[in-house]
Amino acid sequence: MNNCKLKSTLSNYLFILPALVLFLVFSIYPFVSMIRLSFFSWTGIGVFKRFVGLWNYKDTLFNNPIWWQSLRHAAYITFLALTVQNGLALILALACDRDIKGGKFYRVVFYLPPVLSGIVVGLIWTWIFDNYGLFNHFLNLVGFSPLTRAWLARPGSALSSVAVIHMWKGFGWGFVIMLAGLQSIPRSLYEAARVDGANSWHVFRKVTFPLMIPVFVVVVILTILGTMQIFDIIVATTGGGPGYHTEVPITRIISNILNNQRFGYACSQGIFFGLILLFFSLIQIKISRKFKPHF
Amino acid sequence: MKLSLEYKIKSFLNQIGIQIILISVAAICLFPLLWTLSASFKTNQTIFENMSLIPRQLHFVNYYIAWTQGHFGTYFLNSVIYTVVVVAGIVIIGSMAGYALARLEFPGRRFFFFLLIATMLIPVPGAIIALYLLLMKLHLANTRIGYILPLINGGLPLAIFLFKTFFERIPKDLEDAARIDGCSKFGIYRLVAMPLARPAIAVVVIFNSLTAWNEYILAMLILEDDKLMPLQRGLMNFYGAHLAQWSTLMAGIIITTIPIVVLYLLMQKHIISGITAGALKG
Repeated sequence: MNNCKLKSTLSNYLFILPALVLFLVFSIYPFVSMIRLSFFSWTGIGVFKRFVGLWNYKDTLFNNPIWWQSLRHAAYITFLALTVQNGLALILALACDRDIKGGKFYRVVFYLPPVLSGIVVGLIWTWIFDNYGLFNHFLNLVGFSPLTRAWLARPGSALSSVAVIHMWKGFGWGFVIMLAGLQSIPRSLYEAARVDGANSWHVFRKVTFPLMIPVFVVVVILTILGTMQIFDIIVATTGGGPGYHTEVPITRIISNILNNQRFGYACSQGIFFGLILLFFSLIQIKISRKFKPHF
Repeated sequence: MKLSLEYKIKSFLNQIGIQIILISVAAICLFPLLWTLSASFKTNQTIFENMSLIPRQLHFVNYYIAWTQGHFGTYFLNSVIYTVVVVAGIVIIGSMAGYALARLEFPGRRFFFFLLIATMLIPVPGAIIALYLLLMKLHLANTRIGYILPLINGGLPLAIFLFKTFFERIPKDLEDAARIDGCSKFGIYRLVAMPLARPAIAVVVIFNSLTAWNEYILAMLILEDDKLMPLQRGLMNFYGAHLAQWSTLMAGIIITTIPIVVLYLLMQKHIISGITAGALKG
């Protein structure tokens, strides 16, 4: 009898075995070896690894202005994504929340850029922002020719241009989530507020806004996590250039392993960057526990 | 109660204002894509001169060149292979594990579930480095299987979570009946539970297809052989090797994008409801 039960338990394990093996090999092992490697200096080839203790971390934190610059660039794009992109997404969601003609059409169109790959979006916009590209052509047409430039190749405009591309790709995502949040608010609340004589602005501030806070939190955190890790669009547009003007953390990490063969160093950067992101991730977990979503 | 004329006019103007905003934003979304489509039919000489949306002549030859000389035929086939195998792997392995977590007893079940949630919530942006080293060590770099296995693993946590939640919500009666009829555990999973799980399977298939098709960073790190590259990597490869061949590149972009756009238009209802559920309930 006991034997039979043991057999049954073993056969239950067979169900999770494939997932467990993949998980151990491709998630747990890399995670552990990344932490270990961050204390070594290693070129990636050969067996020789030199233990350097916390040197990689120290150098990244105190002696690497390009790394800090790359973090600032990502933070700049993230700031624009949080304000401009999500602001636009909210306005559009509020507009589509009413019974508007073509509401479904707009939803499908706005969510089209988010399903495209970063590479495709980056290449398309490289062509648009080219010196002879569509955008400058348009500026010439409307009489703004002094503004024309090679948008992605100039130090002054490259980072902002990349941010514009990122926001073009991303706003539809925030729009869709905020629209779903708005639509889950019971209409009776609006009617009650109207009967009490509230105008549109009051309704938004006293009814819509408080009920939308949990949704805003999710959108804000996921925007931060997604934008800080921007990579594909950078690769397909500027590759981090001109100079280091559009370098972001992930391009630095990748460049440290592919161009500089500094594997331990790249690992320490990955862990440091991961800790920053973890901070935001933990805020989300904490807050989403506090506000039980009403959907 | 009659609405005053003033109110009617005001709300009409309001509607028009909103429509203008929405239409402008929709145009900003669509025009870059339409121009890309148009450019893919122009010649390399006219692509930066003739900015009209409708090309004068349709140069289908761009597509032929991209497909053959540009290797987009190979890249396309590779992308199809990777996407199909990765998604099938995620559905099979993910549903089995999800079923076990929902229905079967085994020591360490809670711990396994905890690990799963942890990997979904803890961002590890540097893990790709260690993954790259591991694949080198296992001699899996620059192989199909070395690209496929990590992608399956990447999609598993969310898939297992979705399947677990789904299996917990379906009634146990059918499975109990099958057990009394002498069906084995695996038989119940395959013949009773899985057919009921079609909605969950659809969500997992759609989202992982998009992710697998659009994946770039791992393909960039580990695939060096032209014959193994998927479309995203192939696009960058072509762009790097033929910097000035915009019209062919545009054809390549359209080849890369059409399957995704078709899938999106067919499944947009599921995609949009899935993304909101994922973000707001997760």
